Amino acid sequence: MAGTTTTPAVRTTSGGTAGQLAGPRIKATKVAANLVLLAIAVLFVLPMAWVLVASFDAGATLSFGLPDAVTTANFSAIMTPELTWLPLWNAFVLSAGSGAITVVVAVLAAYPLSRYRMRFGKYFLYSVLFGTCLPITAIMVPVYALFVQLNLLDSLPGTIFFMAATSLPMAIWMTKNFMDSVPISLEEAAWTEGASAMQALRRVVLPLMRPGIAVVFIFVFVQAWGNFFVPFVLLLSPEKQPAAVSIFAFFGQYGSVAYGQLAAYSLLYAAPVLGLYVLVTRISGSAFALAGAVKG
Amino acid sequence: MAVTSRGVARVVPLAPAVVLLALFMLGPVVWSFYGSFTNAALTGPAALNPEWIGLDNYTALLGDPEFPKSLWLTVVFVFLSAVVGQNVMGILLAGLLRSAVKPVRSIASTVVVAAWVLPEIVAAFAAYAFFHSEGTLNTMLAGIGVTGPDWLYSTPMLAVIVANIWRGTAFSMMVYSAALAEVPPELTEAAQLDGANGMQRLAWVTLPVIRRSISTNLMLTTLQTLSVFTLIYVMTGGGPGTDSSTLPILAYQEAFKFAQVGYGTAIATVMIIVGAVFSVIYIRALRPEVD
Repeated sequence: MAGTTTTPAVRTTSGGTAGQLAGPRIKATKVAANLVLLAIAVLFVLPMAWVLVASFDAGATLSFGLPDAVTTANFSAIMTPELTWLPLWNAFVLSAGSGAITVVVAVLAAYPLSRYRMRFGKYFLYSVLFGTCLPITAIMVPVYALFVQLNLLDSLPGTIFFMAATSLPMAIWMTKNFMDSVPISLEEAAWTEGASAMQALRRVVLPLMRPGIAVVFIFVFVQAWGNFFVPFVLLLSPEKQPAAVSIFAFFGQYGSVAYGQLAAYSLLYAAPVLGLYVLVTRISGSAFALAGAVKG
Repeated sequence: MAVTSRGVARVVPLAPAVVLLALFMLGPVVWSFYGSFTNAALTGPAALNPEWIGLDNYTALLGDPEFPKSLWLTVVFVFLSAVVGQNVMGILLAGLLRSAVKPVRSIASTVVVAAWVLPEIVAAFAAYAFFHSEGTLNTMLAGIGVTGPDWLYSTPMLAVIVANIWRGTAFSMMVYSAALAEVPPELTEAAQLDGANGMQRLAWVTLPVIRRSISTNLMLTTLQTLSVFTLIYVMTGGGPGTDSSTLPILAYQEAFKFAQVGYGTAIATVMIIVGAVFSVIYIRALRPEVD
């Protein structure tokens, strides 16, 4: 698919075409382009800057403004086991659990799809593609009803498997694309030495696509970590809920007074995702890797 | 016999994926169609043993003034924030990034992507604080002597549409950046030598070349925006009243606030069908990649 081979598009030199024909008018256009971009960047950063500044502000309000007194009191106020650490741990269990399940299942499924010509392989890929498009919000009410029937409501494993299943179509698609780029000749050598398909997959293919697997895992992890609606509907007891849900409960209870603490909690919860995104850009060598994967 | 057993061995690794997808993706879709014909409730006997009530939920849906209103709000939300907002902003940003100097380029793209990478609930809080009557927007307006309205109450749709453009533009920007990088420079150069101005080059050279990316991106942003729940739920709760209740919010409220799971499921079924139609169009466009 077009997007999976992500091109570092934005790095294209700004010289090129315009450089050869540069005149005063083009220079003016360039200055204007830079100014417009800076203005857009300021508008985009303002809502996020509030979270950052308010979290260190002793008297935080809902409006962005430089604090009179810088403090870390907001952070120390929320860093209690039941308010922060347990929900963050739950979020980690949910995200790492569904990430691990998704990667294993996706690798297994991608192998035959990538290596054999199967009559129904095409239809399977079509259904997978269809699955990537299905709006998950649309199925949450029926999922709730289904979980009632299966007696899986408020079950952490049930939620993990559901989240793994919803990210599986995209993961299979990405994994298959990564696997397609591993040359089959290496496995053929392993086969002639008597290795089975699964041994070849484990000893030859997987080591060669480690970065790809890391990208898929992080992709699923980040999605699960940020997911609010699924655990909000499927997990009922506070001691099982991940940070996304407990932060919303905090907002409902104290959100209208303790803005600084809400911002501090948000920052703490968002930090791992931002870090992982930077990691993915390092691994794949392109800042737009996740979008490329999504697009593909 | 040997052929069959080899065929089976090849298919076995697909089994876990098939089971998971069948149980948790296909299952809910089938259940959605079935459940929308029952009186399933949130608690009580009708939760575990719902009764078949035929088309009653759909008749109720058509008679309920909230449904057409919600459908209309969804169309407005998807059209203005995804089809127009994110796409136009995305292509504009992608174009501007190409003619910007490096520091500006990295600052702008980092900031735009950051809004997209943030967990949705944090993005929703940030947008809530920005549009709140005492928020950043009104503070800025006060700075130039304008008293801003209470955006979340007086213009809830405008607030959530702008917030969704802010949140989602990065995706379109990245797709279009990749697409623009693949436009052969000779084409635009030739047009420029023939005297075409910037707008003409965009309309007659660049856009036709990247049309495939445009249609892909339109489909994906439409599907993503169709299922936006958290942003609206945190910012306005679907209110005031039901003035910003798009279909996901309406389905959630009918099922969990008013305990009408069957009725909420009927709304969900409508969303699944809408999503499926868009998906089929999208997949048809991508067909060569699979075959």
